Amino acid sequence: MSNSTPANPASVAKSISRPKDAAAAVSSVVEASNPVQGPNNIVAPTQMTGSQAIVRSLEELGVKDVFGLPGGAILPTYDPLMDSTKVNHILVRHEQGAGHAAQGYAMVSGEVGVCIATSGPGATNLVTALADANMDSVPMVAITGQVNSAFIGSDAFQEADIVGITMPITKHAFLVTDPEDIPRVMASAFYLAQTGRPGPVLVDITKDAQTSQMTFSWPPKVELPGYRVVTRGHNKQLREAAKLIAGATRPVLYVGGGVIKADAHEELKAFAEFINAPVVTTLTARGAFPDSHPQHVGMPGMHGAVSAVTALQQSDLLITLGARFDDRVTGVLSSFAPNAKVIHADIDPAEISKNRVADVPIVGSLDEIIPQLIEACQTRFETEPQQDLSNWWSLLDRLRETYPIGYTETHDGLSAPQNVIGRIGELTGPEGVYVAGVGQHQMWAAQFVKYERPRSWLNSAGLGTMGYSVPAAMGAKVAQPDRVVWAIDGDGCFQMTNQELATCVINNIPIKVAVINNSSLGMVRQWQTLFYDARYSNTDLNTGHGTARVPDFVKLADAYGCVGLRCERDEDIDATIQKALEINDRPVVIDFVVSADSMVWPMVPAGVSNDQIQIAKGMTPEWEEED
Amino acid sequence: MAKHTLSVLVEDVPGVLTRVASLFARRAFNIHSLAVGPTEIEGISRMTVVVDAEGDSLEQVTKQLNKLINVIKIVELLPESSVQRDHIMVKVRADAATRLQVTQAAELFRASVIDVATDSLVIEATGNAAKIEALLSVLEPFGIREIVQAGTLAVGRGSKSMSDRALKSLSA
Repeated sequence: MSNSTPANPASVAKSISRPKDAAAAVSSVVEASNPVQGPNNIVAPTQMTGSQAIVRSLEELGVKDVFGLPGGAILPTYDPLMDSTKVNHILVRHEQGAGHAAQGYAMVSGEVGVCIATSGPGATNLVTALADANMDSVPMVAITGQVNSAFIGSDAFQEADIVGITMPITKHAFLVTDPEDIPRVMASAFYLAQTGRPGPVLVDITKDAQTSQMTFSWPPKVELPGYRVVTRGHNKQLREAAKLIAGATRPVLYVGGGVIKADAHEELKAFAEFINAPVVTTLTARGAFPDSHPQHVGMPGMHGAVSAVTALQQSDLLITLGARFDDRVTGVLSSFAPNAKVIHADIDPAEISKNRVADVPIVGSLDEIIPQLIEACQTRFETEPQQDLSNWWSLLDRLRETYPIGYTETHDGLSAPQNVIGRIGELTGPEGVYVAGVGQHQMWAAQFVKYERPRSWLNSAGLGTMGYSVPAAMGAKVAQPDRVVWAIDGDGCFQMTNQELATCVINNIPIKVAVINNSSLGMVRQWQTLFYDARYSNTDLNTGHGTARVPDFVKLADAYGCVGLRCERDEDIDATIQKALEINDRPVVIDFVVSADSMVWPMVPAGVSNDQIQIAKGMTPEWEEED
Repeated sequence: MAKHTLSVLVEDVPGVLTRVASLFARRAFNIHSLAVGPTEIEGISRMTVVVDAEGDSLEQVTKQLNKLINVIKIVELLPESSVQRDHIMVKVRADAATRLQVTQAAELFRASVIDVATDSLVIEATGNAAKIEALLSVLEPFGIREIVQAGTLAVGRGSKSMSDRALKSLSA
């Protein structure tokens, strides 16, 4: 089986026509798998309205839950939706909540998340969630109503060109004006969302397409001539990779979120153990490899562990799996891992050699590539035994021991947020789902919760969307109601989307929200402390200890019908968490009052090399003894 | 930066031009010229894009283009293995005294006169970029009133057809 991996990434002219040229050779693989998801029931041609066809398509696609909020242009579809016994619609309080809920649903289950909104403002309120899903490769489909096709372009009431607006932030966006297109477009949207590099797909359907009659039949024919997915790695590249792995003395498995998307965590474990290389898991890959595994050396990046950052910096071979050399991982790109050769395996050819040129590019799906790599290495090691890695391991072991992730005690009598988050993880255990907002609490949740399995850590990594946590946690809980779902949120983030607590209460979605309340926009405040002479411009939120407490999160929780708890002392932390864990009939909100002075360490300041990592303010590790 | 000519087969659907053009804009590539039109296959259009780019970034923009669902195939047409033509219309001042000189200049370039007025001519020319440039420099002294230029068209030399494979995958 051949595939599309360019043999030589430097040879531009050659590689240009390849991705789709060579894909023709594997098209049988793609076409052998049915592009229409769901049970593929045969539905004989049946007359119905476009809106009935939308609901019927969702049913045939096997969709169980959707999140949405109706309005004028999508109203026709909400009528048959009311009668559906297969599709459960959850009415959100803001469309952004529906978008993030669809993301949480998809991230935790691997299934396509679905959200519905009306035209104009309903659709534009989905934009942040779509951009977020696009950055983090989350499979989701957004269905929006559009004004009557005769009114398009006339600046009609609640008209917005949502297809135009979302073109750069979706995998694809469809406009449907003919009701006959609905089944095909719906099936195509789901196929695009979940195959290849997953992503968000928008389907915008005019009101007249919803109200007109059409002939529904299933399954529709999905025709996407410009869409080809290569899943198997190219043998020549695999052999090249095995050669580099055999010769490396300082290899590192640089693991990104793609491993989780491809459900390749077991393959990863087998591979890592086979080649005995250290593993770093990026912010989107937490849980792809067990934290407790002796080969796990931590999370890399701006707030990564010294051992993980150093492993990458001093590596001679990066075995990159489903990661994309994000600036938050690499720091200044030119000084990132300066002596490393790069193997880069990814489903998206455009990620390969985008930021860092790959010596060995491998295009494909990681659940196929990793077993292929194991096989190629087995073959290679027969003639060329792998290098001894004991020096490499003793360096990394020493770093892990000397510079573990830790924190300093607070001096203002308030709890350390790191301790609160660590205890939530300890008391809940690895089967819990932890959904963070964006900021300091997000980094601490990535650092201090121990992740042992994939799909237990959800966050807005690429876009960095404050307000992601509560609605995404809601979506996760709907997808997997038997798991304990924690929204680990900040007092700033929580105020952006906490209206979805109403949705959770009314629909019996008992999430737990830990508001890590430092009474400020903490990460911004940290930067002001470090880089702006502690001038705290517009970062004080007045929600915490000794302030006006606006809003009072306990009262807010109470107003929504949640259980509201407040924890202000270290000695109450465990008891409060336990109490929350025992409540399963409604959402719980805990106001954890914590110190505003706690900072996220280690830190690589923006714009400098990863070698400048600081373990505390002004403190860098002593490298001399390491080398 | 060097100019590169990309031939892009796309599905003929609404919005495809916007998608391609905005992708170039978003990834900060400068489009030098763009020509779009139907092909011998119904439902497939061909865009010829001349873009300013260097090696790595050209590869990146090509990969990004390939990710667009409506883009079927991309080929870079190299100058030595393709024919490339620009098409231009020039309105030039020409009265009774200079008209003959202008028409003779046009003939030298195998350009044709397609409109005549008492004080102007419209000249149409087709050729490679160098020829067009030379024609314009000859016409300049007479006074150029307007220039209209289409995007470069390009096709590979020889019998091979870029759309053959695309057609096959469509009918598969």
